[in-house]
Order: sequence, then C-alpha cells, then structure tokens
Amino acid sequence: MGSTVPRISRRPSHLDPPRVGVPRWIFLPALAGAAFVLLPLVGILSRVEWGNFAELITSDASRQALLLSLKTSSLSTLACIVLGVPMAVVLARTRFPGQGLLRSLVLLPLVLPPVVGGIALLYTFGRRGLLGHTLDVLGLQIAFSTAAVVMAQTFVALPFLVVSLEGALRTAGRQYEVVAASLGARPTTVFRRVTIPLVLPGLLSGAVLSFARSLGEFGATITFAGSLQGTTRTLPLEIYLQREVNADAAVALSLVLVVVAVLVIGLARQGRTSL
Amino acid sequence: MTFEFSAHVAPRDVDVSFTVGPGETVALLGPNGAGKSTVLAVAAGLLRPDRADVVLDGRPLTVAGEGRRRVQVPPHDRQVALLAQQPLLFPHLTVRDNVEFAPRSRGASRAEAAAVARHWLDEVSAGELADRRPSQISGGQAQRVAIARALAADPRLLLLDEPMAALDVAVTPALRQTLRRVLADRSAVLVTHDALDALLLADTVVVIEDGRMAEQGPTAEVLSRPRSAFAAQIAGLNILTGTWRTGSLTVGDRAVHGMVDGARPTEGGAATAVFSPSAVSVYREPPSGSPRNLLPARITEIEPQGDRIRVRAGALSADVTPQAVAELDLTPGTEVTLSVKATEVTIYGT
Repeated sequence: MGSTVPRISRRPSHLDPPRVGVPRWIFLPALAGAAFVLLPLVGILSRVEWGNFAELITSDASRQALLLSLKTSSLSTLACIVLGVPMAVVLARTRFPGQGLLRSLVLLPLVLPPVVGGIALLYTFGRRGLLGHTLDVLGLQIAFSTAAVVMAQTFVALPFLVVSLEGALRTAGRQYEVVAASLGARPTTVFRRVTIPLVLPGLLSGAVLSFARSLGEFGATITFAGSLQGTTRTLPLEIYLQREVNADAAVALSLVLVVVAVLVIGLARQGRTSL
Repeated sequence: MTFEFSAHVAPRDVDVSFTVGPGETVALLGPNGAGKSTVLAVAAGLLRPDRADVVLDGRPLTVAGEGRRRVQVPPHDRQVALLAQQPLLFPHLTVRDNVEFAPRSRGASRAEAAAVARHWLDEVSAGELADRRPSQISGGQAQRVAIARALAADPRLLLLDEPMAALDVAVTPALRQTLRRVLADRSAVLVTHDALDALLLADTVVVIEDGRMAEQGPTAEVLSRPRSAFAAQIAGLNILTGTWRTGSLTVGDRAVHGMVDGARPTEGGAATAVFSPSAVSVYREPPSGSPRNLLPARITEIEPQGDRIRVRAGALSADVTPQAVAELDLTPGTEVTLSVKATEVTIYGT
C-alpha cells in the first residue's frame, strides 16, 4: 500500500570506499584464524605418499569403506529429504502451541555429541532398546547393520536440512503461495508447483550439507552400528582404524574426504548464491 | 453473480459491508491503514473475521459470529482471484506457464490450458511475451501478465489490490485501459486510493475510513460531491460530460481541451473530462489570450478545506488560498471565470 517510492537502484560498487572502516588490528586475529583452518590441510598434503597414493586408496578395505560411505550417505540424504522437507514446511508455515520448543528439540542433534546420539539410538532401536522388542517381533535387527549406519547419519544430518530449508521457506515468504491458492490451486498443487520450486536452491544446499555431514559421521555410527568391514565400516571409521596400523593409508583416505568436502562446499555455495 | 460482503475483524477494528452486483466493479477507496486490504483478505479467505457473512452467488464462503456455525471455504475453492500490487509472477515459470497455472491446477489438459493462456495473453496485449521469464519483462508488462493469469482462472469475482500503485506513472494509462476493458462486464472489487482509478474502473465507490464505511454510492456522484473527509480530500473532482468533437470535449457551447486517457473517444461519442479542484484558478475577469480552458461560473459556496478554501460554482469547484479569496473578494453569487490547463484535464470516452 502507499504511494510509489522511487526505487533505489544504485548498488554500491567495489570501488566505493567503505563508510565505516573496520579497525586495522582486526585483520591480525582474522588472518590467524584463517591460517588455523587452512594450515592443517597443508599438513595433510605434506604427509601424502604420492608414490603409492593410488594403491592406498584402492585397497580392498579402502574401496569397500568408500563405497559404503557413498551408499549410506546417499541413502541418509534421501531420508533427510523425505523427513526433513515436511518438517521444515510444518515449522515454517504453520503455527501451533509448543512449536518453538519443538524446533529447538529437533535441532538437538546439531549440538549433541554424536556418541551420545549413538547411545540414544542404541537404546531406542537396539535389541534391548525402547522399540527393540517390537522390531524383534517384526523380524528386524537394526543395530550393527548397514541400516543402522544410515539411521545414525540421518539422525545427525537431519537438522542441517531442516534449518537450511526452513530459512529458505521464510525468506521466500508466502505471497506466491497465496497467489497460487487464489488461482484455484489446491494445497498439494501449491506445494509441488510453487513452494518447492521456489526453495529449490535452499533445498539443494541443505541436501548437500546433509550429505557432507553423513559422509563425515563417526561417533554415532561406531556406537550404534559398530565397525564391521563392508557392512558398517564407513570411510571415517576406516581412517581411524588405519591410523594405528598404516598411517600412510589413513592420510591418503583423509585426503579423499578433504577433496569430497571441498567439492561439497563448492556445490553448497552455488546453491546459496542462486537463492 | 452477486457478492455480498459483511465482516467485522476485531483486532484491526474493521467493520464493513457492501454488495457487488452482476458485472459491477466496486472500488474501496480510503487512506492507508483504513482497512481496505483487510476487507480483501477476508474476501479471499486469507483472514478469519470475528463476525462475517460473505456470500458469492448464494454460496456462503465465510460465515462467522456468535452462535453460528463457522464456514471458512479455503482460498483455492472460492473462485475468487486476487491481483496484488506486485505482479508476483512465479519466477521459475515462463509467462505462458504462469498464465496456464490456473487452468492446469483445475485439471485442464495441456492443450486446453495453452488455448486459455493464448487467449488471455492476447487480451492484455502480452502475447509476444509468452516465452519469456518474469525477470525478462518490465513491471508494466508483468502486471499485464498477472491480469491475464488471474482471468485465466475464470474467477467469479476478481479482487484487485491497488494494481497500479507499484508501477511507473508512464505505463499506468495503458494498463488502466486494459483493466477498463476486462472489468467492463466482470464483478470485481478494486482497492485504490486514486480517485481517477475509481472513476474510470468502478461503478460504485465505498469509502472506508478507520475501518468503517464513511459513504458509498455511484462513483461519479461520490467523487464529485464527496461527503466524507477522505473522499473530499482526494476527490471533489470536477467532472464534465459532453461529446467528443474534433479533438476536444464539447460541453454545451464550449470546447474543453485535455489529455486523452487510453483510446481516443469516437467522434460524436460521449466523453468525460476530469480535473482536480487544485488545478483550477479563479479570475474575476476572463484572462485574455490564455491558452487555458476557461469556464464562466457563478460562485455558490465557499468552504474551508484544510489550509485551502474550496470555492464551489455549481457542479465545479476550485481550491484557492485564503489570500486569493480575500484579494478577489469572492463571495457566493460572484461571477467568475474558472481556468484550468489542458495538461491537468483527463478526458476519456464513455
């Protein structure tokens, strides 16, 4: 409503001097922080045995661990989308008593030590857990199986997708959904043709973050799923074990994870900028 | 189609009722924050009122009130389309897909939806934009497409929330003309605070002030003889009707020159000239050699209007300063000449 206000179209160019500068000394701790994050990567690179790098990362155990990691992380990302998208929509688009508390609780895995998450999963879905008996009757044995790996990863990665998508939904606002509904579109049609396409970049970057978190999962996995080669021993578990017996292999596999992480960040950044 | 609206929204202290007849366009006129948009939100089913009877063609859309069974038809099931201030074209769809959205949502086939979209895009002269993305067209074009998209939903009632407020002044006359054409035989509720929009697009005006109806009636009547403070402030418009002859409006034996809004009126056809009282100057003697429109008149009333004085002369009025009234010694009965620049006069065919 209201009179038309001339839109300010001039965007600050890179040549514009900043209006209020930052204190000069602040660059020093900032630089130290950046070095603290980046130097360890150099550390890994300096320790890689390039001569037998290919052999190290293609050994049977390594290949199995890498494939298992990619498989379980993909599945858990899928699970995060299936469960997380409805959660984000409910949190962003509806209002009900206790919603704030629920939101905080859903985000709990974000701050919970993963080992604690693994213990919690064990005493819920494990044989002697809360639902263990029921699952036993149904003939399902979850703990120490590949399914347990996927569950542990989903448990820790889900909040990443929910937070990312809820933010995207709030930024997108409801106005397009209102228009779509007034054009006669049912809620499901609005969700499918308007809501999701509009937040697709946010959904993609959320999924990428979830995938990255799943790929790096260690604590909850080893607690709830154990470390059985080919079944539950994912790449981070393999690296941890190799560190004791074959440090060169551990370093080589770490580098593989670093490369994957860098790729993931690149993808996530692209998702953000197009938002 | 008949739309009966009556609603009370307590938190916003809005209590309004009106009726839209078949093919009628009702303008809700009022200052910002008066409750116009609240009325639209209730009509569209986006807001739950505390007490309401909103009925479209005998079908209750919203019913609320103490001891009454609550009815709240969801927005998608009301056959009421909303056209907002911003075009809000779905950014991920092409112009064509935007217009096809409503028919597709109704379950129309691809071919049917395409035909509907083509028809309405042509109707708003945006056919050549069909393959573009909303980010590739101008604001005025986007609002045209938004009109086509709303009409493609085949709504029984169209709600327009200041459809031209966010647009560049240069494109509003053309868009207004488009709206005039598509609203001609359509039931619609138009929210605006522009008197000219109300005059050109609406049959009836409901003036809303502080959440209450201040007055309502036929548009020309309300705008030329306003009784409410708001209508007087924005309107009190001078309206002259006559015939269009050789490039000007003939009223009695006088020619009134002005700027034509939209299509040129047909030669010999009825036309109307509109101008604001603030654009009118008052002279005791007719100024000689003036290129302005000169209208001889006799003062009937003089009344204060804020820091100005409104001088009424029959159906016409002029806003002048208190000093001018004193210097010219204006009193009821004085013969004067009213003068208005052609650029301040809007002429449209009726």
